[in-house]
Amino acid sequence: MQIIENSKVYDAIIVGSGAGGGMATKILADAGLNVAVVEAGPFFDPADPKQQTQLKWPWESPRRGAATVRPFGDFDAAYGGWEIEGEPYTHKDGTKFDWFRSHMLGGRTNHWGRISLRFGPTDFKHKDVDGYGDNWPIGYEDIKPYYDKVDKLIGVFGTNEGLPNDPDGFFLPPPKPRLHELYYIKGARKSNIPVYPSRMSMLTKRINNERGVCFYCGQCSRACQVYADFSAGTCLIFPAQKSRGQVDLFVNCVVREVTTDKEGRATGVSYINKEDRKEYKLKGKVVVLGASACSSARILMNSKSAQHPNGLGNSSDHVGKYLHDSTGGGRVGFVPDLMNRKVSYNEDGVGGMHVYSPWWGDNSKLDFPRGYHIEIWGGMGMPNYGFGFNVNEFNKFFGTKVGGYGDVLRSDVKKYYGAIVGMSGRGESIARKDNYCEIDPTTVDQWGIPVLRFHYKWSDLERNQARHMQHTFEEIIHNMGGTPLGEAPGKDEDYGLLAPGRIIHEVGTTRMGDDPKTSVTNKFQQLHDVDNVFIVDAGPFVSQADKNCTWTILALSWRASDYIVDQLKKQNL
Amino acid sequence: MDRRKSLKSMVLGTVAGGLALHGCKPGEGQTEEVVQKAEVFYGRTPEEKELNAELHEIQFFNAHEMATLAVLCDLILPKSDEFKSATDAQVPDFIEFMAKDLPEMQTDLRGGLMWLDHESNSRFQMEFKSLGQEQQHKILDEVAYYDPEVPEEERPASINFFSLVRNLTLTGFYTSKIGIEELGYKGNMPNVWDGVPEDVLKQHGMAYEEEWLAKCVDQSKRNIVAEWDENGNLIS
Repeated sequence: MQIIENSKVYDAIIVGSGAGGGMATKILADAGLNVAVVEAGPFFDPADPKQQTQLKWPWESPRRGAATVRPFGDFDAAYGGWEIEGEPYTHKDGTKFDWFRSHMLGGRTNHWGRISLRFGPTDFKHKDVDGYGDNWPIGYEDIKPYYDKVDKLIGVFGTNEGLPNDPDGFFLPPPKPRLHELYYIKGARKSNIPVYPSRMSMLTKRINNERGVCFYCGQCSRACQVYADFSAGTCLIFPAQKSRGQVDLFVNCVVREVTTDKEGRATGVSYINKEDRKEYKLKGKVVVLGASACSSARILMNSKSAQHPNGLGNSSDHVGKYLHDSTGGGRVGFVPDLMNRKVSYNEDGVGGMHVYSPWWGDNSKLDFPRGYHIEIWGGMGMPNYGFGFNVNEFNKFFGTKVGGYGDVLRSDVKKYYGAIVGMSGRGESIARKDNYCEIDPTTVDQWGIPVLRFHYKWSDLERNQARHMQHTFEEIIHNMGGTPLGEAPGKDEDYGLLAPGRIIHEVGTTRMGDDPKTSVTNKFQQLHDVDNVFIVDAGPFVSQADKNCTWTILALSWRASDYIVDQLKKQNL
Repeated sequence: MDRRKSLKSMVLGTVAGGLALHGCKPGEGQTEEVVQKAEVFYGRTPEEKELNAELHEIQFFNAHEMATLAVLCDLILPKSDEFKSATDAQVPDFIEFMAKDLPEMQTDLRGGLMWLDHESNSRFQMEFKSLGQEQQHKILDEVAYYDPEVPEEERPASINFFSLVRNLTLTGFYTSKIGIEELGYKGNMPNVWDGVPEDVLKQHGMAYEEEWLAKCVDQSKRNIVAEWDENGNLIS
């Protein structure tokens, strides 16, 4: 089979169309460049009635939204999941890592939680505080102007609170708390845990005439048809297509490797078109990888040549290393004061929490070095598969019979509707060299591309943090007058610490640094080894804060893209 | 997907059984209508459409099982002057679909229905669906309640069977149009959230703090394009 070459030479080829790739597309196209965007999945536009799941009723799905097909339920917007047919990944030494991939225009930004938190000054220099991990080669002052620009371009609600490590920004006004959130505020404060309006990228107020304003259906995970939430497709790629530059979208195209010339510089990418299963090549002056931390690492490691025998950008042997996800734990409580609620009003709100608690603790007095924030859920949500299961199990708290049949079940449903409150902790783990992904030489996917093999273990630092989460959640539930459901997960269950990968905040596989021996990219996310290859996903993260990573991916991708434009102008690339 | 394969092998088994009993595939006429509706309405990828259509084509429960299920579902959520029944909301058809979508439930459901008839035959010399309501209640009264302190896997099979059917009936009913209307859920439509109504706050003894409210969105200005001063204070 011959590889089919496209004769056009793009200014830049961008691999992946999620947060990182989407932002690079926008900035490079705005600068007038000709860019190719290569995306492994299909075109997706939530305004297209054929692709919409927003505002559908549960009965429109024959499985009523059950998670049989899409892992977050039938109405979730992400195409893909933890396992993708024909695209396996493997594990080493019996360790566990769950990898969520979403192959579609916009990637995982179509369904993500929109929790949009800046990293703070300490997050970039945390080694200075506690000795763990490494400092970033940049500080908050380097990224702040880009966070500011991202806030204004994309829109995020929140409030300026003057917190030392949860910086202020350019926020849209937040929505008022829901009823269960008022209970949470009371309960958390009783334990001296502060609560603030959440910071999420939905438009509670208009930011331009291209995007709509939130209409409070609570379904951001289904992707918004009026573009009132942030998805990379709707908010970055589509506007980029209307800008000065030219954007060619290659969808359903899986990048195999970055191609290089005799000098070892990148010449473009080779990809497989899923529709005809043939291999193609695209030429570009610059290659920008935004395929996700693990996918970009995989592409680099699979790009072997005489000049780069260990894979592209991997002379340090650091590609794939320092992989780390956020920690995650959760608990649910039954709150009797929230029984027998009036259903007279619609409390869908935005798609997620209206209030949250950023990390409040002092780690110098705790047995774990890094913090976590608390996310809150609950309320009178739309029924979906699972609604009404064990309908009156809470009768046990009142000493009445559990189970039964007949109309009593109808009153039980209404009695307990909206009476539970859930809390999720999302924390920072320590980046370690021996948590990594590498190429599994024994396995290829259906496109003939060698797959990733993961090796990942939590340490007691993460387990101790998870134990602290459980104590905190129980205390808050009691403060709300509630009862925690189920037994608190003990030591044998890692205190409820979820498997690595599960929070879908994996970062760090191509970390940035000043020393080419211990890092993959420089502080502009340019490979130390090859000057015309950049990485704009979460791979260059040195550490994950107790924040979600998307806002930082966006800011850093913008910063790297500005640098690319500048270097092209100066003819340095 | 392995699941798809297992579905196919399951289909062969089931349809063969169906054919032996009825000589034709039951429910075929309705399938097309449902699939067409799904195609128009809920954002499926081509592969997902195909999967849903495949599942609709199969019939898992035979006619007797479907009839028994209908009786059972309506004992769980009966019809009255005030309320609509489980079968009004097509709950048995939903359970039929779920049995194919989550094949791990099949043995429990089918075996449970057999147990129900066995119990009914032994005690009243009649199949469950043909019993009078009083007799049906007699059987259910012994399996309808469970001790939540006993782990589910240690409870008797008959109790777990009834719990499973109760769960599926409630979920099927309250995710239907009829059930959502009965529940009174008011969402899933464009609106403007402006906080918990006063009477609800009062009922729960809650109140918004002035300081917090001052930070929140003024919904009368939501369509005015946002502008900030250089310090990030919203000025529009």
